[in-house]
Amino acid sequence: MNQNEQAQSTSALTAHPEHSADSPLSVHALTVAYHRKPVLWDIDFDVPPASLMAIVGPNGAGKSTLIKACLGLIPAAAGEVEFWGEPLRRARSRIGYVPQRESVDWDFPVSALDVVSMGRYRKIGWFGRVSRAHKAAALECLERVGMQEFAHRQIGKLSGGQQQRVFLARALAQEADLYFMDEPFAGVDAATERAIIGVLRELQREGKTIICVHHDLQTVGSYFDHTLLLNMRVVAFGPTSRTLTQENLVKSYGGRLTLLEQASEAIAQMGPTR
Amino acid sequence: MNAQADTTSLVGIVVQTITELPRIFTGQASNTTVVVVASGLFGIAAGLVGVFALLRKRSLTADAIGHATLPGVAGAFIVGTMLGLPVREGPWLLVGAALAGAIGAWLIQLIAHRTRLNEDAAIGIVLSVFFGVGVVLLGVVQNMDSGTQGGLSTFIFGHTASMLAADAKSMAIIALFVLFVTLALRKQLTLVCFNDTYARATGWPVQLVDLLLLGLIILVSVAGLRAVGLLLVVAMIAIPAAAARFWSDHLGRIIAISAVIGGVAGSLGAAVSALAPGRPAGAVIVLTAGTLFALSMLCAPRRGLIAGAIVRVRSRLTILSDHTIETLWERSEEGTSPDMGPVRELPGGLRGKVVFLLLRLRGYVQSLGSAYALTPAGMAEGARLSRNHRLWSAYLTTHADIAPSHVDWSVDQVEHVLSDELVRTLERIVQLEDERA
Repeated sequence: MNQNEQAQSTSALTAHPEHSADSPLSVHALTVAYHRKPVLWDIDFDVPPASLMAIVGPNGAGKSTLIKACLGLIPAAAGEVEFWGEPLRRARSRIGYVPQRESVDWDFPVSALDVVSMGRYRKIGWFGRVSRAHKAAALECLERVGMQEFAHRQIGKLSGGQQQRVFLARALAQEADLYFMDEPFAGVDAATERAIIGVLRELQREGKTIICVHHDLQTVGSYFDHTLLLNMRVVAFGPTSRTLTQENLVKSYGGRLTLLEQASEAIAQMGPTR
Repeated sequence: MNAQADTTSLVGIVVQTITELPRIFTGQASNTTVVVVASGLFGIAAGLVGVFALLRKRSLTADAIGHATLPGVAGAFIVGTMLGLPVREGPWLLVGAALAGAIGAWLIQLIAHRTRLNEDAAIGIVLSVFFGVGVVLLGVVQNMDSGTQGGLSTFIFGHTASMLAADAKSMAIIALFVLFVTLALRKQLTLVCFNDTYARATGWPVQLVDLLLLGLIILVSVAGLRAVGLLLVVAMIAIPAAAARFWSDHLGRIIAISAVIGGVAGSLGAAVSALAPGRPAGAVIVLTAGTLFALSMLCAPRRGLIAGAIVRVRSRLTILSDHTIETLWERSEEGTSPDMGPVRELPGGLRGKVVFLLLRLRGYVQSLGSAYALTPAGMAEGARLSRNHRLWSAYLTTHADIAPSHVDWSVDQVEHVLSDELVRTLERIVQLEDERA
């Protein structure tokens, strides 16, 4: 299949093209259904290590669903997901997650530091206390996203962008090797967007892999080195320079004109960066 | 025993309880003291669990569990009597209650998750059906030969006065256990209540944590059966936590406040009930908690109703008076006369008059006979406001992408929010606009 060829062409970058043990995430023949109706069909891809990857596609394409299925939050109807060649339960401690900002009640009585500390809970264990060392680590993560001065503020009193940065800091506190992020740039101000992409690039330099659901076609080219174009099935997967083509965009977005305009802009913008 | 203690007044009972406190551990305290202390412990445990029940939106489930214990109590009584057990002593009836409560909670989950009905429908069904079964079983108990059914009605409304020291002790033991487990699981409960998806994604067994929370709710409900009764036991889970939420945004403090409210309501209610044995203790305990809730809702700083109303009125008045001054200032800039026209033609009706009065008190406007005008201080204020607003407008047009979250129209000076350099740029833009106009 076309998708398999593309997947293989990318894993050729890694040492063992035949095996997925090096790949932080390999998805094989994954199908996910809500109430018998499949929303993701036969998904195949291997993410090369240390890549910064976008999952792009129209509304309802199953972008968030794909992330959630990989994390075991939604049961898969068929197929398998492996992390460094191992099943999820053995890789869990190496995986960080940034859920959508709308998924929680921001009136909840916790401070920014409390939320970031939640990223340390797995390391602390069931009955351990959040020690001074863990607090210091959480504070450091807040500092990385430029939020240290808001550490003790209740999360409801933060702006949308600041809340998103707290979520990112919580994922950082997990000290994971692979990060899933569900629309980290949605509805944030320009300062936050710069802060987030800065942190993501830093993570990539440290050899970590980041997979983001992304909605803004204009920034895909400049932010992400790999792109998965999704519309219930994989339309294209590989280095962004190869996947983000006019043809592929038409295939995933169909005839939605305004989006196509955005897309051609995005392609035009990609020129100088590549 | 302290024979001299005055137990005919509330103060007397409170004093007696406090002075007898050390004797509880040696088993020498009077029955009243033991019951008051045990009810207080129950209140503390309910307050603690209640915070997480509130945050996980499980308060109504607690109500269903309370009602669901009735068939358990009655059923256990019937079965126990037929087996010839001493049902009225020991934990027999409480075990039946816990079992029925657990079955009720399980059925709610089953209906909510496996059918298309949502949770509130499931709660309504389980609550009423279980209670109905319980009432039928109570009828059976009444017709039984043993004829000791009188004891069971205390489970419905609660009756601390008839509690034995042994009952109080079992209540206290359950309460202490719940208290300990809740505090030990605080991290997991907080995480699951705040963000269960994230908890699951990072490998926490969310279902198990939820199950443990339900288990704690069931234990608290069962512990409170004799004191508060199964109809009102939900109140001690729901009310202290809801009251505490008004006082703080800090979970640790909310937990502490909720525990204190629960403890005060429990012990005070039991003390009052000891004075008038005919009065149902459950209602007294719940009304004490309800009073504390009403006080919290009204008087709490920031989240309370009064504080909220003050903030709302004050901000409206500020906006109105700012607008008025700015308008007056602009008008006096255009015209030559400082005279603004007759006072009775002020815009805004009654509210306009109030604003005018405020501005006069602050010395921003003065009356000139029947007319009014800005004072020099008012002119300065108008100039300041006008400058702020024009700079903000300029900022909104030049930084449309990030501006809205930074703009604060009522800040004293734009410089307090934006850098001096940026303010100078904005001033130049405003100047250019003026020159063009």
